[in-house]
Amino acid sequence: MRTGSEFTMRIVVAMSGGVDSSVAAALLAAEGHDVIGLSMQLYDQSGGAAGDLRFGSCCTLDDLSDARRVAGALGFPHYIVNFERRFDEEVVSDFVREYVAGRTPIPCVHCNGELKFASLVDRAHGLGASAVATGHYAQVEHDAASNRFRLKRAVDRHKDQSYFLFSLTQAQLAHARFPVGTLHKDAVREEARRLGLRVADKPDSQELCFVAAGAHAAFVERRAGKLPAGPVRHRDGRVLGGHDGVHRFTIGQRKGLGVSSPIPLYVVDIDADTATVTVGPRSALDRISLTASKVNWIAGQPPGAAVRASARIRHRHQEAPATITPEPGARAHVVFDTPQAAITPGQAVVFYDGEYVLGGGWID
Amino acid sequence: MPRAYFDHNATTPPDPTVVAAMVRALVDDFGNPSSVHHFGQCAKALLDEARSSVADLIGAEPSEIVFTSGGTEADNFALRGAAEALEAGGRRHLIATAIEHEAVLNTIKALQRRGWTATLLPVGASGVVEPAALSAAITDRTAIVSVMHANNEIGTIQPVAALAAIAHAHGALVHTDAVQSVAKIAVDVRALGVDLLSLSGHKFNGPKGAGALWIKRGTRLLPAMTGGKHERNRRGGTENVPGNVGLGVAARLARQKTGELARLAALRDRLERGVLDAVDGTAVNGAGSPRVPNTTNIGFEGVEAESLLIALDLEGFAVSTGSACSSGTLEPSHVLRAMGLPAHRTQNSIRISLGAGNTDAEVDALLAALPAVVGRLRTLVRR
Repeated sequence: MRTGSEFTMRIVVAMSGGVDSSVAAALLAAEGHDVIGLSMQLYDQSGGAAGDLRFGSCCTLDDLSDARRVAGALGFPHYIVNFERRFDEEVVSDFVREYVAGRTPIPCVHCNGELKFASLVDRAHGLGASAVATGHYAQVEHDAASNRFRLKRAVDRHKDQSYFLFSLTQAQLAHARFPVGTLHKDAVREEARRLGLRVADKPDSQELCFVAAGAHAAFVERRAGKLPAGPVRHRDGRVLGGHDGVHRFTIGQRKGLGVSSPIPLYVVDIDADTATVTVGPRSALDRISLTASKVNWIAGQPPGAAVRASARIRHRHQEAPATITPEPGARAHVVFDTPQAAITPGQAVVFYDGEYVLGGGWID
Repeated sequence: MPRAYFDHNATTPPDPTVVAAMVRALVDDFGNPSSVHHFGQCAKALLDEARSSVADLIGAEPSEIVFTSGGTEADNFALRGAAEALEAGGRRHLIATAIEHEAVLNTIKALQRRGWTATLLPVGASGVVEPAALSAAITDRTAIVSVMHANNEIGTIQPVAALAAIAHAHGALVHTDAVQSVAKIAVDVRALGVDLLSLSGHKFNGPKGAGALWIKRGTRLLPAMTGGKHERNRRGGTENVPGNVGLGVAARLARQKTGELARLAALRDRLERGVLDAVDGTAVNGAGSPRVPNTTNIGFEGVEAESLLIALDLEGFAVSTGSACSSGTLEPSHVLRAMGLPAHRTQNSIRISLGAGNTDAEVDALLAALPAVVGRLRTLVRR
């Protein structure tokens, strides 16, 4: 059962080496909890012959060292656990498959759901811990009336990461702690400075941790081989040019299309089966509806009827009012009140009721 | 929380006598051993004494001992130094075993990048290499045969003398990494019949950063470090006097404590039996093979070694999974893989390595704690 700080327990904190998870750990330790820091090694850190490290914007050796230093400074044990195989199987392989299928994946959600929570809750239990904490900006509340856990936006709306956590189950939420979810980022950094943590002013990580910005196409080809070339076709049927693989495109993309046109053209459709990239004017990006699959409802089961909600179709999207109709097979049909630009297969759609996450799924 | 240290193959606590001698060497005898004056002579005398003690421990002459920064440097020095000396003669093939320490394996990889070829001898489920495997692999172009004396992860003892005889019959030089055998079993360089032997002080209650390479008189080897005429031109640089003094004292103490080995063997055997009796689904890796007396490596069905190690640490028991990589995470053991164990067995095994400080009570406490810890880990829903 979820508790406040009225008594103490053993808690596993997933530490990335960043300021947020460091402060999360510090706050729990200050409450007297028996904190165990775990950092996940997600990919090979050994580097090449010259000792050069592979690309990584988080979870690098430096980050692991930062996490270890924080644990050392605050006086709790810290371990690095090897998740390379599972990260590769569950996150990286999916990332590659999605691009090959002409979709635009969002691996961080898989990483949070399948790795950070599913695996760490298991690990935590094995270590005699009752909860798993992370540095995510989000909140979990227990609703006494329904005896269910609710996922809520962070107090700091600019830093809110609830979008990335829509796949958490009731069982995972029951064990989840987000200690910085009630704080503003400035306060988190201030707390880190107050504690004298070296990570207080460390920049936030922005990119995917295993592939550099703009390098995803080469990464996909290393794993999947060269993809078939195909036409870049205008939606009116004219072939405007060619391309070297659908993985190089995302819906709404304007640059790098390799075609010239008097009016700006955008990618409006990607068909991996025929290796066809379709472009059109901006207005052609608008869609009124979408279908989502592998939908997770935070309440643990879908609502009995259609619900009104705000739906967010990508992390930085201004969510829009919509009607969500649950469908069999963990699917949902989402109809927006007004058309939305660049609804992108592979991204997540997350449904909000005010401050609360109702659920979410993957855009087909 | 009381803590029990069961990871003596990783490192050992320095003996208080070692520490006291090192402090004296740091404080009182700070001179440079190469200096002619009184201060230099005092430091030089300490080095001489340490060198003699190390030589005595392995049946060698003091003049054959070159101090190094430890086992890894000794292995690098032996293989690179010999390779550079021998490759002019046209021999560019090297043989080692699949279960060597990374210090040897990665040095071999470095030599391969400059044109050397290498053969890694297999080991069976016994964890011991067969002399016949060497006979099959060796040619008259083989320059170096390097075989560890005792394996760091499972403790198995390799038939170094038999292998050395085969290697010498083909004119190859023989190196043994004896880091895990020195002071755990009798090690005599003449009986082993090798040309080069690596050892490390912190594995037998000496300090970190101090080891040695024994170089049989007359063996051609390029210097480990070019510099001044230290260590008979084998390794330039002002000697690590405190470290080498500590190594020497540890070597002297090791010769006096042979009774301790029988105690450790009995303690280890009791621990093994206790684990096998108390916990279902357990097996000792390399059981039945000759092993150093302090080491056991045990597989636990249905348990990730990584989680077991952490869970035991939280209970106050320090064990290991064999070897750790750069970030401190665990990888499937190359030793257990080489023994042909199935994938899950290579990731569910932990190493418990005993040492001078371990008591019957500590082993009892570990045996009492293990069933519950393993049981908790096994209840995890496997996804």
